[in-house]
Parts: sequence; structure tokens; C-alpha cells
Amino acid sequence: MNAPVASLPLLHVADLSLEFRTRSGTVFALENIAFSLNKGEMLGIVGESGSGKSVLAYSMLGISDGAARVTAGTAMFGGADLLKASEHELREIRGREVSMIFQSPRTALNPIRKVGHQIEDVLKRHAAVRGVDLRERAIDCLKRVRIPDPARRYDAYPFELSGGMCQRILIALALACQPSLLIADEPTTGLDVTTQAAIMELLSSLAAEQNMASILITHDLALAAQYCDRIAVMHAGHLIECGPAEEVLNAPHHPYTRRLIASTPHTAPSIAAMSPIPGNLPDLRRSDLPPCRYAGRCERFEAACNAAPLPEFAITPHHTVRCWNAE
Amino acid sequence: MNTPLLRVERLVKHFKVGRNAMLHAVDDISLDIAPGESVGLVGESGCGKSTLSRVLARLIDADSGHIHFHDGAQESDLAASPAARFARHAQRGVVQMVFQDANDSLNPRYLAQDTIAEPLRLLVGMKDAAAIKARVEELAGWVGLPTELLGRYPHQLSGGQKARVGIARALASSPRLLILDEPTAALDVSVQATVLQLLADLKARLGLSYLFVSHDLNVVRLLCDRVVVMYLGKVVEQGPAQEVFAHPHHPYTQMLVAAIPDPHRKGQPAQIMQGEARSPINPDPRACRFHGRCPHGEPRCELHTVSLREVAPQHLAACHLLED
Repeated sequence: MNAPVASLPLLHVADLSLEFRTRSGTVFALENIAFSLNKGEMLGIVGESGSGKSVLAYSMLGISDGAARVTAGTAMFGGADLLKASEHELREIRGREVSMIFQSPRTALNPIRKVGHQIEDVLKRHAAVRGVDLRERAIDCLKRVRIPDPARRYDAYPFELSGGMCQRILIALALACQPSLLIADEPTTGLDVTTQAAIMELLSSLAAEQNMASILITHDLALAAQYCDRIAVMHAGHLIECGPAEEVLNAPHHPYTRRLIASTPHTAPSIAAMSPIPGNLPDLRRSDLPPCRYAGRCERFEAACNAAPLPEFAITPHHTVRCWNAE
Repeated sequence: MNTPLLRVERLVKHFKVGRNAMLHAVDDISLDIAPGESVGLVGESGCGKSTLSRVLARLIDADSGHIHFHDGAQESDLAASPAARFARHAQRGVVQMVFQDANDSLNPRYLAQDTIAEPLRLLVGMKDAAAIKARVEELAGWVGLPTELLGRYPHQLSGGQKARVGIARALASSPRLLILDEPTAALDVSVQATVLQLLADLKARLGLSYLFVSHDLNVVRLLCDRVVVMYLGKVVEQGPAQEVFAHPHHPYTQMLVAAIPDPHRKGQPAQIMQGEARSPINPDPRACRFHGRCPHGEPRCELHTVSLREVAPQHLAACHLLED
């Protein structure tokens, strides 16, 4: 599934830096982010809150907060640079080529509009479906995300549906135009573990059916490792390690990735064996941020770490790590 | 088994949701919590685990049933006095609760030290300011909260620090039982690890019992001695945590355990729960609550209920399949 594709990657992000200009200073939220994504591949972006996972996703869709400025970089998608595209161009891409699923399904849906009509809105805008076909296509969309009794659910309001069912509606909305890239921002946070399994199975089987690439943003390393082909680990606005899921999980090279794995309850044999990560994320408003933003928390830190900009080493052709002292 | 610290007997809590419509949130639940034991309460949202923990913390009244609390030779039924008057009950201090969201459960206009001192004044009856200050600092030390943070407001504290303030407040009245309602759900994994280690450490040091409500089954596996699985207001399985996770007997528990994210199951199709949950409103008293979603459902599951039976020592499950 993760065999390298000879042709160009579907999405290629290079050198992306982004900052927020706020009254309390400039927040250097992303710095020199680079990754690429092939057709049909699922990439997991993992990190603690505040590491920049969602900011990265929003920047690619042009839906960042007004205070955000992309200061460098490109995000090439199908021959166009998403970071430089005009709002008009982005409107044609969003929903049709690139779709997004948001974290809390209840707040992402319009509470006073029937879910069937919300799907029709997408079809009308992006697929130019008109008239009597509209209802049929919307019901088809509901059927595709395995909603039982879709013709009846068409008339339901979001409050009448469970959290898992609302998330299915959001997936139906996102996939209505069969996009080639889906960005899922914490799609199962707040859902029960059994519902989470059902949603993840649905997402990965739909992605396989349509050969759709997807980016799964999550803080759950075990979940990302179970479903993703590759995992990218973020810390304080840096993408510090990226590689095949099994490799990152079983043989991590960045000290932060190692500590992150050691602090998840999934892998720990006992509470005492869990090793928390010392310290906190650095304040990203500092103008004197060290080249390595993990330096203050790192047990392998040496003075040489901050003498030069962060390097990128390739452990294998598909596994990169950004650390002077990688293991 | 020794005398349990808390013995819950046939506890029932129904909510009226309309004319002739009762929501069966807690339906005839019995369970024991031994001194120094930590019991995990798991189940999906809406299964009644929060209602049960709120009844046990005496924030709301049960419709019927008993909550026997054994403190040394003394025994009292906590369910006997109404929740509205329980705030002044002599036993108010012995069962304390740590709430899910440290943000919403701390008074934004109280300094951390005021939050921790409040139960000392109200429940312990301390009046001397110097003694209160000393005790607050001792509690802060127990939960690993640096004393210089005691003069801060919640918005000046990080998520992990707020969780520590919530735990210190709950410990202030020297409780015997702590009810922890998803205390780490809002925390990042690295912070979660420190809070879990703190909880394990406090339990060992103070001999506390825990009722740990969570839907993170990995955390329950690590922190709890015993686990109680609820489904739509009923206990469907309970037993030693390692045993229940290794050999779940009830089909619901089996699906719950199978749904825990596991990188080793990559590429294998997961066992997915089919169908919709039954409604907890006026449920059919004869049918198994899991019937309809259960992969092994049979006609008899709809005709008569089945009660918990022992499937292994200390391990109980309620399912027809286990009768054969």
C-alpha cells in the first residue's frame, strides 16, 4: 500500500513556515515543514496540543485565522500551490478536490437544517447536480457511509442523531464530490471507542475504494499507527520525524518520539513504566527560539545542538528525522 | 473477601423524560469497592456511568437502593439522607469527587489555595488561618503542585496543574473513596502519564479507594484492580482488570476490548458493532439491553433477562451464552 509511486506525489509541502501576529507578539507556529503524500496513502500527523497539527492543515486549505501569515514555503497540489492560490481558486478546490472533516461533528453541522439538505448544498455547489437527481444523490452519499435506513435519515436534524452518526454525515459531506485528498482533524475525539473503531474502518475502506489520500490528525499514536501508512510527528511547530508507521512506532529515532511512545498508556506494561516527558512546549512567541525547539526538554541535549539550524537526516529513504543527536 | 468499604445494593435511578417515559440510567446495580482498591467503571457514553458516579458521590438521589459505607466498625447508608441535605452530612468528606474538566470545575475567581482551603473550612471545620495554610501547602506537596503556584488563578495554570488542584481539593477532607470522572481525558499524553503516576502513588500512600470512570480502556487496565463494564444502565461484566481485558466473556466487553486501538492489528478488519443501541427510555424489561447489536443474539435474549453469574473466580458476566 505504501509502495513509492514513480510519478509526482499528490501533495508536496516544502519549507512551510507560518506565524500569527498577535497583540502579545508574533507566534512562530510552523517552521520549515516538509512532507509529501502519495495517491491513496494515509498519513498520520501526531503531536501534543499546541504542536501545530491543525494549523498545518488549516493553512493548506486557506482557512487559517486572520492573524496567520504564511512567511515561506509551497504546498503543491495537482500543479497548483495551495498557499498562493486566490480565495476564488481555493473555493473550487475545497470540497471538490480537498475536503476536511472537523473534530466535533455536532458543531460542524448546521443544527437547523436537515442533514440531507446539507449534503445537497455541497452537491449543488461543487458537482452541479440539479433537480430531482439531487435527493437521490444525497441518499446515495448517506448509503456510502453505511448509514442504516438512509432515506429516513435524509430528513433528520443533527440533534436527532448520535455522535457517531453525525460524524458519518460529515464524512458523507466531505466525500460527496469524491475528493482526491481528505484531511481529518481528530475525527474520533470525543467518540466512544467502539464508535471510533467503526469510523476509522469506514474512513480507511472508503479511502481504499476511491484511491483517496488522507491526512489523519490525531494525538493518539496507537490509533495513527493502526490505520496510517506513514506517521509524521510534530513538536512545537516542527515536524521532527516522519516515516512508515511501523518504523516510527517500533524504532523511533527522535528523542521526543521515543518519549511520546513511552508515555502512552497503550504500550506501557504498568503505570510505573510510563515515562512522562519533562517540561512544557516552549513559548512560541520568543524571538530567540533555539533552532531545536525540543532542546529544553531533551535528555540528549548538547551545546552543539543549538549551534546550527536543525538538520534533516534520512535514516532510510522514507524515514527522516530532524535531530543532531538522533539514535 | 474483607468487609468492603462501599457496598452498593440494587441501586436504581430513573429520570422522567416525558409522560409515561422513564429513562433507565441506572438499573438495579450492585457492586463492592474494597478498602484500597481501585475499580474502573467503563462503558460508552449514555450507559449511565456518570449518573452512577453522581449518585455515589451523593450529588443526586437514587430512586431506590442502598449505599452502605463501612468506616471501621461504623456502618452507614449514604443513600438514606437526601442529596440536598448531604452537604452537611457527617460523611460528606469521606466520598469526594475529581471532576472531568479541570477548567469547568475550578472557580475562576478563586486562587488555587482558596479552592483547596474551601473543603478544609466547610467539611473539616478548620478555622485557624495558619493551620489552613499549612494544610494547603501539605496537600499541594502531595499532589506535586509547587507552592508558588498556590497564589494563582486557574487561567494562570496549565491543564496538568489544574488537574492537580482538583485532586488536592478532593483530598482536603481526608476521604476514603475518590470518584474520578475521566480525570485525564482533557490532558495530553505526556501530562496524562504524570497525573496517572500521581494517582497511583497517592492511592498507595494514603490507602485510598478509587472509582475510576473512564472510556480510555488502556488507562483503566493500568490503574485499576477491578473493572465494571456497564451497558445501558446495567452491569454486564465485572472482574479483575487483567482478567477481563485478557478474557472478556460478555459480547459487549469483547467488542469494547477489540476496539482499543492496536497497531498490531493493522490491516485486519475490526469487529464492528452493528445496528443502533436500544433506547434507554422504557426498555423492554425482559430483553437483554445489548440484543440487536449483539453478534450472537438469539430469540431467547428477547424473552427473558439474565443476571450476573460467575464465569471465573471473582469474574461475573450476564449473558445467555454463558449458561450453556
